[in-house]
Amino acid sequence: MNGAHDMGGMQDMGPIAPERDEPVFHADWERRMFALFNAVDVEWPYRRTQIELIPPAGYLRMSYYERWLAALPQILIKTGMASAAEIESGKAIGGTNAKWHVLTVAEVATWDVPQPATTEKIKAHTQLHVGQRVRARNLNPVGHTRLPRYVRGKVGTITRDGGIEELQDTDIQGLGPKRQHVYTVRFSARELWGDQASPRDSVYADLWEGYLESA
Amino acid sequence: MTTTRRDVLSAGLAAASAAVTPSVVHAQGHDHADDHDHQDVPSDPALRVKALESLMVAKGLVDRAALDALIDNYEHKTGPRNGARVVARAWVDAEYKKRLLKDANAAIAELGYGGTNLTVVENSTKIHNLIVCTLCSCYPWAVLGLPPVWYKSAAYRSRSVIDPRGVLSEFGVTLADDVEVRVWDSTADLRYLVLPERPAGTSGLTEAQLAALVTRDAMVGVAKVLPPQGANA
Repeated sequence: MNGAHDMGGMQDMGPIAPERDEPVFHADWERRMFALFNAVDVEWPYRRTQIELIPPAGYLRMSYYERWLAALPQILIKTGMASAAEIESGKAIGGTNAKWHVLTVAEVATWDVPQPATTEKIKAHTQLHVGQRVRARNLNPVGHTRLPRYVRGKVGTITRDGGIEELQDTDIQGLGPKRQHVYTVRFSARELWGDQASPRDSVYADLWEGYLESA
Repeated sequence: MTTTRRDVLSAGLAAASAAVTPSVVHAQGHDHADDHDHQDVPSDPALRVKALESLMVAKGLVDRAALDALIDNYEHKTGPRNGARVVARAWVDAEYKKRLLKDANAAIAELGYGGTNLTVVENSTKIHNLIVCTLCSCYPWAVLGLPPVWYKSAAYRSRSVIDPRGVLSEFGVTLADDVEVRVWDSTADLRYLVLPERPAGTSGLTEAQLAALVTRDAMVGVAKVLPPQGANA
């Protein structure tokens, strides 16, 4: 979706304004919001989709965790985890919902520590290779995508095969198989932004093969 | 800077048709931490989050102990000190640095970190790397913890790809024209960490002393690592 979240290359968004000695959270509700949003049993692309569905004017006005707060009820309702009436009243009407996985303390403890390597060898056919010139396709899907607008139609060079990952797009029609290679593509700053950009600089983006075509 | 953050938050709360109550505004300021008897008045987002949590617990969707563990982990355990250890190790151990640049996942696992598909990019006198996520807020949690507000801001996400040198100058980093800037937009599931240049005047420092010099901003690429105060370059 060509939404407000796809910000790369926009201008006049104001100064960056880093905060000195910034705390991890700015209020207790941000702590709880962070935890709830991470614990809910959906994949990240689904979470991101619900955030991106916040209308642009609201998206731009909200703070980061306010967006999560706006998105979480939508996740609960759309997945059937809770009803709109339950969210409205704050009371569980339909009883517990055992269909969903409940994140445990033991699982949280595994998040940032090394995990045993998977023995599964995933393979995916690919038409592309490192060193190849590629063009990012001019795709404008209405659903979730990880192809930013600012690279669409632009030509770059594959610098790395980042391995095989699942496509995260809402609509994968026309993008190839669900699991495919992700390539790191180097775009020169001049290709992206024209002659006023530095001739030395570049932007690297990680793009699924289905987003790319040989150039 | 607190003012800016407060303005942004106020605007967001207004958008959500919520009153900005002292409890939230209060949490922003470091200048008056111990006053106000109405500090415990819950703001609107606080009430709504509380209601959502109660509902999700009642529906059997979340375990409060796991929520507490998540918060504790990212507020107190997993943060930029992890990344700083990785950087300092790479500075003192050339073989480790080679492994880190070749296979960052295996190299950070040696120090006990994992859970992220990481690539480390190295700064030099000729190359400066900058990390961003233009689409959302992707960030290498395992080695840096949660991203700061500015990393998630519209200003940083929008401009770092089109004007990285301007963004860097806002952070006080001025690069010569002959330095190549490489911006890494974290658009997939791969995460990035910058290996900053080791500052001059640090040859006598231990690994732990070096790690203490390494900042989060340097590992995102918006700062350089400065020599210790009083060091002779």
